[in-house]
Order: sequence, then C-alpha cells, then structure tokens
Amino acid sequence: MASRIDQDQVQHVASLAKLSLSDDQLKYFTTQLDEIIGLFETLNEVDTKGIEPTSSVSDQINVMREDVADNWGQSKALLANAPDAENGYIKVPAIIDESEDE
Amino acid sequence: MNYFEKDLASLHDDLVAKKISVTELVNATYDNIETTDSDVNAFLTLNKQVALKKAAELDEKGIDSDNPLSGIPLAIKDNIVTKGLTTTAASRMLENFVPVYDATVIEHLNSQGAINIGKTNMDEFAMGGSTENSAFKTTKNAWDYNRVPGGSSGGSAAAVASGEVIAALGSDTGGSIRQPSSFNGIVGMKPTYGRISRWGLIAFASSLDEIGPMTRNVKDNAILLSAIAGHDDHDLTTSTKKVPDFAAELNAQTSVKGMKIGLPKEYLGEGVDQDVKDAILAAADKYRELGATVDEVSLPHNKYGVAAYYIIASSEASSNLQRFDGIRYGHRSKNIHNLDDVYINSRTEGFGDEVKRRIMLGTFSLSAGFYDAYFKKAAQVRTLIINDFQAVLKDHDFIMGPVAPTPAFKIGEEISNPMTMYMNDILTIPVNLAGLPGMSIPAGFSNGMPVGMQLIGRPFDESTLYKAGYAFEQATDFHKQTPKQGGKN
Repeated sequence: MASRIDQDQVQHVASLAKLSLSDDQLKYFTTQLDEIIGLFETLNEVDTKGIEPTSSVSDQINVMREDVADNWGQSKALLANAPDAENGYIKVPAIIDESEDE
Repeated sequence: MNYFEKDLASLHDDLVAKKISVTELVNATYDNIETTDSDVNAFLTLNKQVALKKAAELDEKGIDSDNPLSGIPLAIKDNIVTKGLTTTAASRMLENFVPVYDATVIEHLNSQGAINIGKTNMDEFAMGGSTENSAFKTTKNAWDYNRVPGGSSGGSAAAVASGEVIAALGSDTGGSIRQPSSFNGIVGMKPTYGRISRWGLIAFASSLDEIGPMTRNVKDNAILLSAIAGHDDHDLTTSTKKVPDFAAELNAQTSVKGMKIGLPKEYLGEGVDQDVKDAILAAADKYRELGATVDEVSLPHNKYGVAAYYIIASSEASSNLQRFDGIRYGHRSKNIHNLDDVYINSRTEGFGDEVKRRIMLGTFSLSAGFYDAYFKKAAQVRTLIINDFQAVLKDHDFIMGPVAPTPAFKIGEEISNPMTMYMNDILTIPVNLAGLPGMSIPAGFSNGMPVGMQLIGRPFDESTLYKAGYAFEQATDFHKQTPKQGGKN
C-alpha cells in the first residue's frame, strides 16, 4: 500500500507545529499518522457536493457586547504563573543566537 | 461515609437535620479517598485545607435548606480551572499552573455551597479514552483494577463509581463523559452544546467540548446539571434558553408511555460486543414493556464520524494548543539557545505523545494544499451527520444505543495502537459533532464489568433523556450494584 505521509512530511508538519521528534518518534509517528490519514481518506467515499460545511453547532450568532474591560488588575497573580518574571514583566531568556554570528 | 447508600436528596436531608455536619461529611469524604485512592488513583490534587475551611463556614452559617448542593463535596476534572488550586489538565505543560479565576461552572457550584474536594485525573488535555495518557498517574477502573476507567474523564468516573464522592464534573469532546461512565457503571450526561459555559474549561476542541455531571443515579445528575447550566457572558456560544429544573420532573409519575424511540441499526453493527448488543436489546424490550415504541432507524453517515471527528477535533486542538509557547505560563525548557528553542523545546518537553499526535494531525489537516481535502471535507460530512440525526429525531423522542462497543479493556491493551483507541469512540463522537445531548446510564454487565446505554436527544431536550433514564432506572437494578473494591473481595 502506498504510504500517505512519509518521514520528511511528518518532520515538516512537526516543525510547523513547533515540535521536535526523536528518530524513534519520527518512525512510529509516521506509521501511526499514515494509518490515521488512511482513515481520513475514507471520507472520499462520501458525496459532499453542494453540502455546506459546519463549523459551529451553537444556537447563538454574532453576539455583541460593549467593549468594556473587566476582570483586570491581576498582573501579580498572572505573573506568578510565568516561568520567569522581574519588575512586573515576564522575563524571557536571551534569544539572540550568538552561534549564528560565527 | 458510605456514598453507595446515599443520593443527593438523602444527603441533603441529613445535612439539614444536622445528622451530620458539613465538616464531618468533608472529613468522611477524605477518609474514603485515603482508603481507596491508593488503589484507584482517581485524584491528582486534593483541596483539603480550603474544603475544610468552607465546611466550617457553612456549619457556622447553616445549610441552605432550599439548595440540594449546599455542603455537598464534589470532585472536579482537572481541565476545569479552579482559582488558587493547581489545574494541570494532566499535562507536564501545566504541572505548576495555578489559575487566577474560577471556571463559570465552579462559580455556580461555589455560590450554591458545594465544596470542591479535589481535582481528578484524565487523559492529557482530555485527549484519549483510557486516562492512560495522563502525565502523572494511571487511574484504575473501580470494578477491576486491571482495567482502564475509560477516558478522558476517567478520574471523575472512578471517584464516583468507587464511592469516594457522590458526584463529579467531567468534560466530553468525543465521549469523554459517557464512555468512562459506561465503563464504571455510573450516569454521565453530555448536555447540548451551549447548555453549559466553557469559560474556564481548558480548550481542546472548542466546537465540541462540553462540561457535564457524573453521578450514580439519574436524579442526582439532573440536579447537578440544573445547577451548572445557563447562559454566560464569558462564553458567547452559550444558549440564552431557560434551564429547566430537570429533577422536578422525575417522580413516581415519570413514564415513557407513548414515547417513540429510535434504535439505529448502525449502533448494533460490526465491532460491537455480543454482550453489549444483548444489553441494549434487552433495554429496548424493557422500554416496550414500559409503554414506549422502539423501532429500527438508520444513521447512514455514522461510520464516517470517527474520521470527521479526528480531523475537526485535531485541527481545533492544534490551534488551541498554540498558546503553549513557554513564554507567559506553562512549562519552559531550560535548554534554550534561541527563540525557536523556547517554543520547540518547551512544547516538546511539555506535551505527551498523544497530544503531539493530535497537534500534528491538526496541523496536517489545516496545512496548505490539504485544507479542502481534509478539514473542509470533514466539516461537510459533519453536516450530513447532523442531517441524519435530525431526520430520525423529527419523529422520535430520542435515540437509544450502546455507549461503547465493548466494556472496559485492560490497562496497556490498546495504548500503543492509537487507531484501535480512536475506533472506541465510534458511537459517542457523532453526538458531539451534532452538538446533541447524550447520556450514559447503567444497562447491564458483561463478565462482571458494567455496560452502559446511551440515550441521545434533540437539542436542549435533556429533559426527555432524564425522564427516559429515570423510568429505566426505576424498572431495573443495574445502577444499584456497586463494585467490590476493584474485584479484590
């Protein structure tokens, strides 16, 4: 059976999703995703010509509200969940890759 | 506290009559958990200090005799955010996450005096059907510790079924309340999409996710649903429809006489265990005996539900889970040399395999060149699935069938094969795609393991499902049977 997705494509999808895969993972994810995408392709048996796609089953449409801020003033509590914080700001690691300058 | 001998009404009466104080009840609940949970592993976090403080306050103030949840300890699935109490969604990504607000359902429960006893285990980000995808522990089925509790609300189901608590909240995206309820012999309701606010439910697939109650009987379930449902300004997909007092309609007069029930032939097809089929056919006979008619109907697109679901749910998940970037909250890798490392290494270390699989399936389905063939096609098939249900429910009060093709399987048996695991959801997924209410109630046993029956209703007609479930419950004794400590006795 022709494969539907190969290791290069899985690697590409992983990079789009900001994930990195070990060699071992790349192998079994490729096999598993290939099988699951095979299941997806059974949808080709269904005639959907002229059928509207459904994206929501809510009975509400375009609910409007005033643009008023609420639930604010919690920066301290919010920052407590940040991996790193200083002086009321979220702190990120130095992200300039010096190796790229060499 | 032996919760097997109690329901919410009798517990409420005991609290009002001061036969037991809230503090005693909360302590007794933690005693239950201490005795049982080393085997069952239903809980990730206990809320003991806060729960006892609230219990003392309620004992001081007095129980609200008009509110059936006043002073009642409940368990909460760990993807529902609780202010000040660690909420992980069973993921390393959120191992140390402490929410700064309460989910709307928690606000409802708090305002009615219910007490959050602790947070229950689940499949990571609610992705899975066995709770084996938890990053932290393996929850056991209350009836057999060698078997899975189902998932993703496996912790909530096992906590209720093992008698640790009287009720719990779960969430259901493709069967995650109904399937573990079926596997553990309890009652689980996935209400209509929009019936309950998703504000504070950690998002998996936003067009499918729904919170719901898990209890040991139908009436308790109805009480809990009325307590947590309703419109919410914080979730603009919630309906403005009035929430009925569901339990008020359940009494000695409750009957299915004259009701028309549809039994889809696809729900008793290939892959469904004979014991499960037999239980459902016996239940159909029981409904006939009670004065309803049951006839065979067809949901021709049902078999495409799993494929459509795994495209749609994974696509929504891949989008929802983009927020976990290692910057503002959640896990951040220590191994960082550039900006991409912050994202890639944090996500790679923080997410488990199943979450990665879903993110990749979603990313693939939405990616350039594949969107029309996968995502759009699935969304069209979703419309056809909805049409199938509408056609049957036009002249039937509700649909009955199994919840899952089999009873609970063994721990480790299916976890290495995602496709097998996905196919377990074939009978529950279409209900989420259509946004309908679906309920699991105990309907039999197979080699000592519970078998659940699924009742599927019209949009916002949970009422009919509760009545039909209640009538069945009054005529059978499946729900009265309790596990013998995981089969150890």
